[in-house]
Amino acid sequence: MRHNELWRVALVPAEGITISGDKDRGGIEGRDSVRTVSGAWLSIACRQQMEGMAMSASQDDLKRTCLYDLHQELGAKMVPFAGYEMPVQYPLGVMKEHLHTRSHAGLFDVSHMGQVIVRGENPALSLELIVPQSIVPLAEGRQRYAMFTSEDGGILDDLMIANRGDHLFLVVNAGCKDADIAHMRANLTDCEIEVIEDRALLALQGPAAETALGRLVPWAVDMKFMDVAVTDSDFGELWLSRSGYTGEDGYEISVPVAQADAFARALLAMDEVEPIGLGARDSLRLEAGLCLYGNDIDTTTTPVEAALEWSIQKARRTGGEREGGFPGDARILSQLENGADRRRVGLLPEGRAPMRAGTQLYTSAEADTPIGQVTSGAFGPSIERPMSMGYVTTDHAEIGTRLFGDVRGKRQPVTVADTPFRPATVKR
Amino acid sequence: MKYTEEHEWLREEDGVYTVGITAHAAEQLGDVVFVELPEVGDTVSKDDEIVVIESVKAASDILSPLDGEITEVNEAIVDEPTKVNEDAEGEAWFFKIKASDTSPLDDYMDEAGYKKFIG
Repeated sequence: MRHNELWRVALVPAEGITISGDKDRGGIEGRDSVRTVSGAWLSIACRQQMEGMAMSASQDDLKRTCLYDLHQELGAKMVPFAGYEMPVQYPLGVMKEHLHTRSHAGLFDVSHMGQVIVRGENPALSLELIVPQSIVPLAEGRQRYAMFTSEDGGILDDLMIANRGDHLFLVVNAGCKDADIAHMRANLTDCEIEVIEDRALLALQGPAAETALGRLVPWAVDMKFMDVAVTDSDFGELWLSRSGYTGEDGYEISVPVAQADAFARALLAMDEVEPIGLGARDSLRLEAGLCLYGNDIDTTTTPVEAALEWSIQKARRTGGEREGGFPGDARILSQLENGADRRRVGLLPEGRAPMRAGTQLYTSAEADTPIGQVTSGAFGPSIERPMSMGYVTTDHAEIGTRLFGDVRGKRQPVTVADTPFRPATVKR
Repeated sequence: MKYTEEHEWLREEDGVYTVGITAHAAEQLGDVVFVELPEVGDTVSKDDEIVVIESVKAASDILSPLDGEITEVNEAIVDEPTKVNEDAEGEAWFFKIKASDTSPLDDYMDEAGYKKFIG
């Protein structure tokens, strides 16, 4: 039996950086130049770091989250991911972890992600210099999905931005966090950028998440989707948001490192809650139609190509109150008006064979020239069939279009489909 | 039972060998989501990639352990790939092969040898 480990193929390059990868490949210098020029330079630095990860990650270079011992104790299988040693699955296994999250609640360690506070005179207005989203009107206690764009309209990273009164709180991807921080420091010169290093980040996702967290933080049940709050608890000061990346109702909870283990154990002690690894996190987010940075979106994809224009509010578009003024605005605003040549779509393969990332897509079983390719693909445990997403030329992006994917040299039929593959169940 | 270093098992009955993957291999693969089998009547050579198996974690090829003709395949695991995780060395066999050359069997391990091999 010969096999290719998909974690390396599908997950690791997705948001990968190691310390050694940076140093070996001049990433540190690259980041210094990012401070002054940003944009395209940043994208190069970020890409180098990702390749560095894929090429040179060794066990020794990997960082650990403060919950490492707990993962070991729970019997997790650990893999390198974005420069960290992270649990890819626990003894329950990917399929059951996925289904448990959908039927009860799953606890994810996402402490590798970057937590950043931005303070300043008007941090929302400042941040609009580097994101195409409208942040100024974001109400206190609310959170919004956003992205950092490059000078040529690509996506440097996607992130969450929360208004916490006198400052903004950001959560960014692990693989790009160093570059993101450099980018912010270079461009938000009137803001103070504080990187939070003394907090873990946990996600509690699933229909029982409210009941489970409600036992520890009773009023958390009153929060609505994308609400954020800060609260004292038996586990120190918790930073809560009602959000996640699974398509389920749930919370993301920032907890002081000193209390993170006790907090995680308190949740895991509840019947509804199981620990969930990166494997199920990937199939959950894909069923929910959500992009994985590094797979489905990166510096070569614009927000319009990525079908993320819903995240760009009217105020920042052509004719809006604060039109443009972000990196890549000319290209992105033009694409918002006129469309792009290609588009990210959902794809449902016929039959049971998953179409993995890299699968080339054709208009027929015979066509020579591909019209697109798959960027994420897996088996969907809840929809009980394989699912993919990828990019196709816009004239083949209509829902219902039948295409063919090259799977191990055979052309397999696949249909362009609406996403999410499984409707979200968040609490509006 | 004989075992290969590619984590396959072979069980002989009247010159026909039933082939599957070991429980150890199934555990390493994780939840199996897709299996593609050869056609009955296919003539295959040793080391031909004749089965594709995909789990949540890996895409794998299973090599024919012998030269011969495929006499039967287990459609039940195509319809229900998770059977491979549940009963890899029993119900979830992959194919049966009528061997034209049994000499490779001399190189394959017995159960004790395989246990030692996987440590």
